[in-house]
Amino acid sequence: MKKTLVLLFLGMLFFGAKAQSDLPNVTLKNLDGESINVTELNNDGKPFVMTFWATWCGPCVKEHNALSDVYQDWQDETGVKIFAVSIDDSRSTARIRPFVEGKGWEFDILLDVNKDLARAMNVSNPPHTFLFDGNGKMVYQHTGYFEGAEEELYQEILKLNE
Amino acid sequence: MRRFILLLALIASATILNAQILDLENSQVNGSFQIDGQYYQVDEGIGITESTIGGNVFGINGFGKINYSLGNFNAGLRYEAYLPPMSGFDTRLEGCGIANYFASYDNGTIGITIGDIYDQFGNGFVFRTYEEWSLGFDNSLRGMRAIYRPAQGVTLKAVYGKQRFYWAPYGASESRGIVRGFDGEWDLNQSFSGMSSSKFRATIGGSFVSKYQKNTNNIYYIPENVGAFAGRINLGYGRFAFSTEYAYKINDPSAFNNYIYKEGQAILSSLSYSQKGFGVILQVKRVDNMSFKSDYQGVKNDLDINFIPPINYTHTHSLPAIYSYATQPLGEMAMQLQINYTIPKGTIIGGKYGTKITVDFSQVNDIVRDSIFNDVDGGINGTPGYTSNFFAVSDHIFYRDFNIEIERRLNKKWKLIAQYINLYYDMATIENHPGAPVVKANIGFVDLTYRITNKQSIRLELQHLWDNINKSNTAEASVIDHSDLYKKRGNWAAALVEYSISPKWFVSVADKYNYGNPIVENRDHYYTASVGYIKESTRITLTGGRQSEGMVCVGGVCRVVPASSGISLSIVTSF
Repeated sequence: MKKTLVLLFLGMLFFGAKAQSDLPNVTLKNLDGESINVTELNNDGKPFVMTFWATWCGPCVKEHNALSDVYQDWQDETGVKIFAVSIDDSRSTARIRPFVEGKGWEFDILLDVNKDLARAMNVSNPPHTFLFDGNGKMVYQHTGYFEGAEEELYQEILKLNE
Repeated sequence: MRRFILLLALIASATILNAQILDLENSQVNGSFQIDGQYYQVDEGIGITESTIGGNVFGINGFGKINYSLGNFNAGLRYEAYLPPMSGFDTRLEGCGIANYFASYDNGTIGITIGDIYDQFGNGFVFRTYEEWSLGFDNSLRGMRAIYRPAQGVTLKAVYGKQRFYWAPYGASESRGIVRGFDGEWDLNQSFSGMSSSKFRATIGGSFVSKYQKNTNNIYYIPENVGAFAGRINLGYGRFAFSTEYAYKINDPSAFNNYIYKEGQAILSSLSYSQKGFGVILQVKRVDNMSFKSDYQGVKNDLDINFIPPINYTHTHSLPAIYSYATQPLGEMAMQLQINYTIPKGTIIGGKYGTKITVDFSQVNDIVRDSIFNDVDGGINGTPGYTSNFFAVSDHIFYRDFNIEIERRLNKKWKLIAQYINLYYDMATIENHPGAPVVKANIGFVDLTYRITNKQSIRLELQHLWDNINKSNTAEASVIDHSDLYKKRGNWAAALVEYSISPKWFVSVADKYNYGNPIVENRDHYYTASVGYIKESTRITLTGGRQSEGMVCVGGVCRVVPASSGISLSIVTSF
């Protein structure tokens, strides 16, 4: 059994690897329960932001409230998109949708219940925010949130649009 | 280990032979480090003497992890060192070495992982392995996992292995059982093209997990194979969502359940409605004898195979966190109702920027246990224990929490968060101190942020806790000789001031004062000062002062942190 698996495993290595972005090969679910492979995340060639958060994380909620206030303006000016990856576990999986809607956030929500993406992207503590260019290359990241941190993120987004 | 290195070598050579000749262009290496260290000092004011420190003036927990990926292939390892572990962490963590490694391949149809596996089936009722650095908790499964996705929307998973138990060797040993599990999930909307844009959404799933452990007990006949099953369904229609999962475990006598020969059951159901600016959810849960460990002798959180999620509000502020609830896997019935509402901006009540309100109510009661014998109570070792009516709720309340939170931006400069919390906390059950009184607490919390400039801001956090354990209880406290229980009881006041230069610098000072403790000597101040620097993914924090005794709870698992005094340094970075 083990040998067969190993052979199977080695055999697969000979399939060609596809072109790399900085997005790991991890499958997550969205709020509709659909599986989405992270390598397929994109924003039609425009930059996108990925935030790691949890419903119990105060600074994360503050960051998302601040981003929510400026999201429409940012989208109008740069076309940027925000993917908010929740690392809540099964304590609060079912609560995420009413939570996000109730707060009026309009980000694309992904559920990293098993922290697969957080591990692959070396996220230790939320909030942790990444900025990707249109090709999925990571250009900026930041941990923690303090009042006004979104301004620096926006400057980085503007740099990409130059 | 040797086999693993051999395999890695094979993989590496296969990769080279793969005509890509070490595809440096496409391969990626990344990783992270974290070091948390603490220097302890004598502080007799809060009862820390030379002998409590016992010569261990330093505690250092650290890990370094590195991942390699090339297309569909991934491999990684994590080195951990606890030399010695910081106070409050399990002393069995002491040591260092490669605690975790894995190699995986996933092409979208087939995924194989060998090494240490973190995964969960459904809510985790029958299987969940995870790692929580802040608790020193890791129950990863060393073995194999295969994932097969035969058609769009269908995922089949199988896992097999042995769980991590601190640094105990994985080799042949009767102290830990083998865990094997299977899970299948079918998302109907992704399977049928006609349903892909339907308002109706449905996912169904089922799992089976079994553990094998050789019976080494001389008193009881311990079943060597214990099976657990779970079934789940998630339905959605437009703005409504409903999900439920039910799990059943065959009789599994263990030290944890006092060796009763009784089946276990758990169910969690959620119903929610959401639209922009408004969301409401109702959850109900029942758990009966559902502790599931890969060692029948395990206590506390040792070798948990499953995870029973608590469904109450997770309080992260320091005063309400004094009364954190921990799931009672032997039996509880719980409910939670949460409403999130945004009063639109531009309205009289909503103000210029809108106001966000969260109302949360949760309660946990015991289940009703009927003795199966006429003359003795239920839960007797070596018997089937008790019977329990599935729908009956006991009068015994473990925990109740009502809280309301308001969040509002007052103007361009000021932001306010205010919260009122009302708690009922059955100290006797949750802290396992028979005879201790029930705590009824009211807590007020205010978080006020003032933005000085675009980058600089100052934040003030004020908390106050009132509870029913006051001076008049003092006599009672000494009568039942539980004086250690009253270490953090009675009224508290806390304040924190933080100045930040976003996004890189912060400095804060805080004090918590247990001024209403029934025991005068326990009326201590816990003051701290912190300074932190953050750049991209690197964070350095230096903190000095006193830490109060208490529980740190993450994900329903709690760790008791003893009181300490000293200086701590934390460095986190990733690359």
